[in-house]
Amino acid sequence: MSPVVQIKDLHKIYESGEVPVHAVRGVTLDIHRGEFIALMGASGSGKSTLMNMLGCLDRPTRGTYLLDGINIDELDRNELADLRNQKLGFVFQGFNLLARTTALENVELPMLYGRHRHQSMEQIRERAMHCLEIVGLANRFDHFPNQLSGGQQQRVAIARGLVNEPQVLLADEPTGNLDSKTSVEVMGVFQKLNDQGITIVMVTHELDIARYCKRNLVLRDGVVVRDAPAEDRVIAEHEMKRLKEAEAAAKLTSAAAAN
Amino acid sequence: MPRTLLKLLLPALTGLVVLAVWQAVHEFLSEEMRFLLPSPGAVLQALVDHRATLWRATLNTTEGALLGFGLAVVVSVLLAVALSLSPLVRTSLYPYLMALQMTPLPVLAPICVIWVGAGLRSVALLTFVIAFFPLVVNTTQGLISTDRNLVELFRLYRARPWQRLFLLQVPAALPYFFTGLRIAATIAPIGAVVADMNAGSSAGDGGGLGFQAVIFASQARYPALFATAATTCLLGFVLNAAVLALAWLSLHHWHDSYERADR
Ligand SMILES: Nc1ncnc2c1ncn2[C@@H]1O[C@H](COP(=O)(O)OP(=O)(O)OP(=O)(O)O)[C@@H](O)[C@H]1O
Ligand SMILES: [Mg+2]
Repeated sequence: MSPVVQIKDLHKIYESGEVPVHAVRGVTLDIHRGEFIALMGASGSGKSTLMNMLGCLDRPTRGTYLLDGINIDELDRNELADLRNQKLGFVFQGFNLLARTTALENVELPMLYGRHRHQSMEQIRERAMHCLEIVGLANRFDHFPNQLSGGQQQRVAIARGLVNEPQVLLADEPTGNLDSKTSVEVMGVFQKLNDQGITIVMVTHELDIARYCKRNLVLRDGVVVRDAPAEDRVIAEHEMKRLKEAEAAAKLTSAAAAN
Repeated sequence: MPRTLLKLLLPALTGLVVLAVWQAVHEFLSEEMRFLLPSPGAVLQALVDHRATLWRATLNTTEGALLGFGLAVVVSVLLAVALSLSPLVRTSLYPYLMALQMTPLPVLAPICVIWVGAGLRSVALLTFVIAFFPLVVNTTQGLISTDRNLVELFRLYRARPWQRLFLLQVPAALPYFFTGLRIAATIAPIGAVVADMNAGSSAGDGGGLGFQAVIFASQARYPALFATAATTCLLGFVLNAAVLALAWLSLHHWHDSYERADR
C-alpha cells in the first residue's frame, strides 16, 4: 500500500516579519499506515510548522505533499478543508473543549459540518458515543469539562479527533499540560488507537513520552537530523500497572512506618 | 442568634434610629423652618392622603420603565451581534453609542417630546436610551471575548458563522450579558423617573412619579414630595427585582445550563 503521507523536500518560509524565517528547510518523509511517530526537537526547531503543513492548516512554501495520494497543491481552499476533515483528526495541547457543553456534545462538534451533514442526529450521537467508548469515557458522556480531570479532558478531545474517522491523527504536544502519570494514561489511549490501525503523528518535548511511539523523528533548525525506531518501547498498560504497584507498595511502607 | 434573624433585625434597628433622628431634627428646627423636613408622621399621612394619585403615577412609571427596558434588551442584543462581527463595525459605531450615552437625559427629553410626544412614549424611549448602553457594551464584549483557540477550532471544522455564534459566542457572552442586565435593571427605574420629570405628561391618565414630584414641589406640598420620594425608592427596589426575575424566567434553561457548567 502507498504511504498515507508522502512529503518531498518541504520548505516553509515565514515572510511576515522583518526578516524571513526559514522554519522548515527541506523535509522528505514517508509515513505509512499504522505508524506511530514522535516528532521531537528543541523549541523553535520547526515541529509545529511541520505539523501545521501535515495538517493542511498551512501550505508549504516549496515542495510537494501527497495526502493519501492526493496532491494538496492542486486543491483550492474549500477542497483542501474538505480533504482535511475527511482524512485528518487533531488533538491539541490545551484540550480546547467547549466549557458549557457535555463531553458527548463536544465530541459531536466536528460532525455538525462536512461530509457527516447528511447523517441523522441519532447516527451522529451514536458515532460520538462510540468514540467516547474507545477512549474509555462512555460513562462520563454527560459530564462537563470542568467535572473531568485533565487526562479525561484530553481523552474527550481525542474522541473528538476520532469522530470523523480520520486516517491520521495529528497531535501537537498532547501531554504538554499533563503530569507524568496522566500522560501515561493518554499515551495508553494513543497506543490502543494505533493498534486498531490509526496512524498517529505527535509532537513531544519529552523523551519519556517518545518511547511510547514506534518511530522517533528529531528536527533541528528545520531539518530532520534523526529518524529511527523508538528504543526500548514502553507499553502504557504495563507502565500503568507498574505505577499502581509502586503506589500500593509506597502505601504499605508508609503504613508500616506509621505503625 | 440565627443569622437570618440578625440580618432582618439589624436593618430594622438602623431604620428605627434613622426615624428617631429624623423626628428629632424636625423637632429641633424652629416652627417656620420645619417645612424643610416634614416629620415621618406627616410623610406617612401624605402617603395615605395621596395614595390614589401616587398609585396611578407608580403604574405609569412602571409601564414606561418596563417598556424601555424590554426594548433595550432586544435592540442591544441584536446590535451586539452586529458589533461583534468586525472591529471595523465597532470602530465606526462606538463613538456614536458613546455620544448617546454622554448626552444627559434632561437634554434629550425635549427632543424626544418633539418626536414622539410627551408621556409614556417619551418615558419609554428615554429609559431605553439609558438602559441600552451597559447592555450593548457588555454583551458585545462577551461575544468577542471567546477563546482564540476555540475560534480556531471552529474554523478548522469549517463551522458556519451562525454555528460559531450560537455554539461558541453566545454561551461565552452570557455572564457578560447578565452583568449588563443587572446594571440596566438598576438604572432603568431611575431613568424612567428622571425621564418622566422632563418629558412626562398629565394627559390621559396623568403622569408618572417624576411628573408628580414636579407638581408637588411647585405646589409646595413638601410632605407629599417626601412621600413621592419614598415611593420612587420602593419602586426602584421592586422593579429591579421584577426585571431580574423576568430575565431569569425567560432565560431559565439557558441560564441554568450556564450555572450547571460553573458548578
Ligand atoms: N506565524 C509565524 N510567523 C513567523 N515566524 C514563525 C511563525 N510561526 C513560527 N515561526 C518561527 O518559525 C520557527 C519554528 O517555529 P515552530 O513553532 O515550528 O517551532 P516548534 O518546534 O514548534 O517550537 P516549540 O517547541 O516551542 O513549540 C521559529 O523560529 C518561529 O519563531
Ligand atoms: Mg510548537
